[in-house]
Amino acid sequence: MGPVLADNSIYRDVYSFFVGFMPHQLWWLAYLIAGLTIMVLLANAVLLNTAVFQWMERRLLGRFQVRFGPNRVGPFGLLQPFADLLKLLLKEDIVPEAADRFLFTLAPAVMAAPVFLVLAVVPFGKNSYLLDLNIGLLYIIAVGTLSTMVLFLAGWGSGNRYALFGATRAVAQLISYEVPMVLSLVGVLLLAGSLSLVQIVEAQRLPFLLLQPLGFFIFAVASIAEMNRGPFDLVEAESEIVAGYHTEYSGIRFGLLQLGEYAAASVPAAVIATVFLRGWANPFVPLGWPDVLPSHLWFFLKVFLVLFLFIWVRATVPRLRIDQVMGFAWKFLLPLALVNIFVTAIEVQLWRQPTTAQLWAMVLVNWVVAAVAVGGLSRAMERHRRRPTASVAPVPISVEVR
Amino acid sequence: METARRLEPVEINVNMGPQHPSTHGVFRMVLWVDGERIVQVEPYIGYLHRGTEKLCEGELYPQIITLFDRLDYLANFNNELCFCMAAEKLMGLEVPERAQYVRVVLCELNRVASHLMFYGALGLDAGAMTPVMYAFREREHIQRAFEAVSGARMMHNYFRIGGLKEDVPAGFKEMVRDLLPGLEQGISECDRLLSLNEAFLARTRGVGAISAQEAVEYALSGPMLRAAGVPYDLRAVEPYSLYDRFDFDIPVGTQGDCWDRYMVRVEEMRQSLRIVRQALEQMPDEGPVMAAGVRRMPRPPKGESYMRTENPRGEFGVYLVSDGSERPYRVKIRAPSFASVQALPRLLRDCYVADCVVVLGSLDIVLGDVDR
Repeated sequence: MGPVLADNSIYRDVYSFFVGFMPHQLWWLAYLIAGLTIMVLLANAVLLNTAVFQWMERRLLGRFQVRFGPNRVGPFGLLQPFADLLKLLLKEDIVPEAADRFLFTLAPAVMAAPVFLVLAVVPFGKNSYLLDLNIGLLYIIAVGTLSTMVLFLAGWGSGNRYALFGATRAVAQLISYEVPMVLSLVGVLLLAGSLSLVQIVEAQRLPFLLLQPLGFFIFAVASIAEMNRGPFDLVEAESEIVAGYHTEYSGIRFGLLQLGEYAAASVPAAVIATVFLRGWANPFVPLGWPDVLPSHLWFFLKVFLVLFLFIWVRATVPRLRIDQVMGFAWKFLLPLALVNIFVTAIEVQLWRQPTTAQLWAMVLVNWVVAAVAVGGLSRAMERHRRRPTASVAPVPISVEVR
Repeated sequence: METARRLEPVEINVNMGPQHPSTHGVFRMVLWVDGERIVQVEPYIGYLHRGTEKLCEGELYPQIITLFDRLDYLANFNNELCFCMAAEKLMGLEVPERAQYVRVVLCELNRVASHLMFYGALGLDAGAMTPVMYAFREREHIQRAFEAVSGARMMHNYFRIGGLKEDVPAGFKEMVRDLLPGLEQGISECDRLLSLNEAFLARTRGVGAISAQEAVEYALSGPMLRAAGVPYDLRAVEPYSLYDRFDFDIPVGTQGDCWDRYMVRVEEMRQSLRIVRQALEQMPDEGPVMAAGVRRMPRPPKGESYMRTENPRGEFGVYLVSDGSERPYRVKIRAPSFASVQALPRLLRDCYVADCVVVLGSLDIVLGDVDR
């Protein structure tokens, strides 16, 4: 018996299902088969989730932009991602002459790997996780970084200057945003006292969104930047560098890159749902409502709520410039993250075992601190950027002859 | 002695265009970049050169109007107007009032349509994907009105030397009047959507700025010049057609940066609608739309004339030389976009790669106008 079985109900259930069919001395085979089954299930769940997310994004962007979005293939256009995939499969696969063939073909293949690795430790529901890793959060951050390496592989291997631009931007952005991202989670660690995602969920008597507004804000922004979505989608800024790192890709390789990118978007969403929104827990149970829906459904509802937030931001905000993106990480998010750690540390030191009233006091203090810090810092930054005079005022006709 | 290996910065040469998502047509820029900084820019034009000036020498006067439609294809009416007025000036024609009013209404609506296009395109260049949809929703209303009047959405061929091809359809006034409140609201919506967006401000303020002095020296005109702080608008400075009868303001910027150029155009849309409203009020309901005694194949007398009008992109000029035949001897076109492109290397000094598309977008060039 492996250590995984001891506390893992999914794995234990599947294992006991398979072990019933075989002689007792083949328990290790059942152990393997159970693992493989769960992997296949998880992989398909991720792909399905990605397809739904892609459809949702296109439909919602349509709504934001006074148009319809895909609505022809299947009911409400739900089959559009599959139709697109089929089309891409039929396209010619071109490897440009200037490309480094090995890197160029490697990149799409490994694109989705980090996503699957990360999801191994995310609890989808009550007792539904593959592994309750005791360094779960650290593991997620470390493995999630790999996707940027893939972008660099693709950009460097393409032998295209636009792609190279995209690749260098991806790395620069990763290095800058990794710092505030990790620091924003320190407050959560202080409160939960654990890096395990399961324990973090269980430690949330109040969702950490209330207790850690600054941490949530910083983590959300930094993860948008890290998965290269608007307004931080400099890596594939179509108006500047055509398509960035995947300029040279075509056919199913392009499809795989897109797939990996969309799948990667659900990772930070899952982490936010787990760490800040109490994961699988039903938010209405403390209010005395009946707990009807399964915990998995709550988890996915929360994930898609976060994804909706990402889509909303993308539809609203123009793309920032590279120096502004860097400056935002180092001059804005990093100080905020430090303020958050400082305040949370003091609170944790003051109230070792907080009562509910003390928790609410903490909520109040943290929201005030967040408002003051964000407001003050953005005003301080504005002073450098804004000009004192109003730029345009309609003036009466006057003729100036030079 | 062992020499330490040093990493030398390398300037990369990036070819932007002629096929690029945001060069607004077949325009090519060669950028020399040091990391993300632009060291040098070289614009290349001519990919859309159709030799319009030379073609004009071989065509009859009514046929030339179709060529002018294809110059600045976002401001067809304004182009037609300028050529027709150049010929009318040479022939000494008095265009009937009703025709003049219709011309003004259509030209100003075309200015709004063109600026809406600019608005959406600049948003896209800055990476905002939503504004363009709102802009096109409004533009569509104008396009429909154009279609109702001229039968075409783009290449109208509606103005004639001496007037109009035919009278506007019945109910023209009401149609345009009903259009205006929706347009005004739509423009306000667009304004609220993008103008004061923090990220948009960060991308456009202080980017690609040019002083009034330099703008004049580069022969910039139209919104480019006014954004730099020179209140110069041909409609006011030397009113042609009926522009002396309308009351309108000239929006002027102070910094000459991308945001000013953007804001000037947004304000101009409102002013254009003001002009349309006044023109509709003053427009006579009846009357001829063609000057009396103009032949179907006009033959301007021997001589030359120069006419310049305020196009959405700036000062559009036509120099017409006639030898008395049914074909012009020479036509020279002064295109506003052409002058704007000239200033591009100057505007992109010390900019980032990302700025280059925003600055280009703020010039609002139309390649048909640049290359002619």
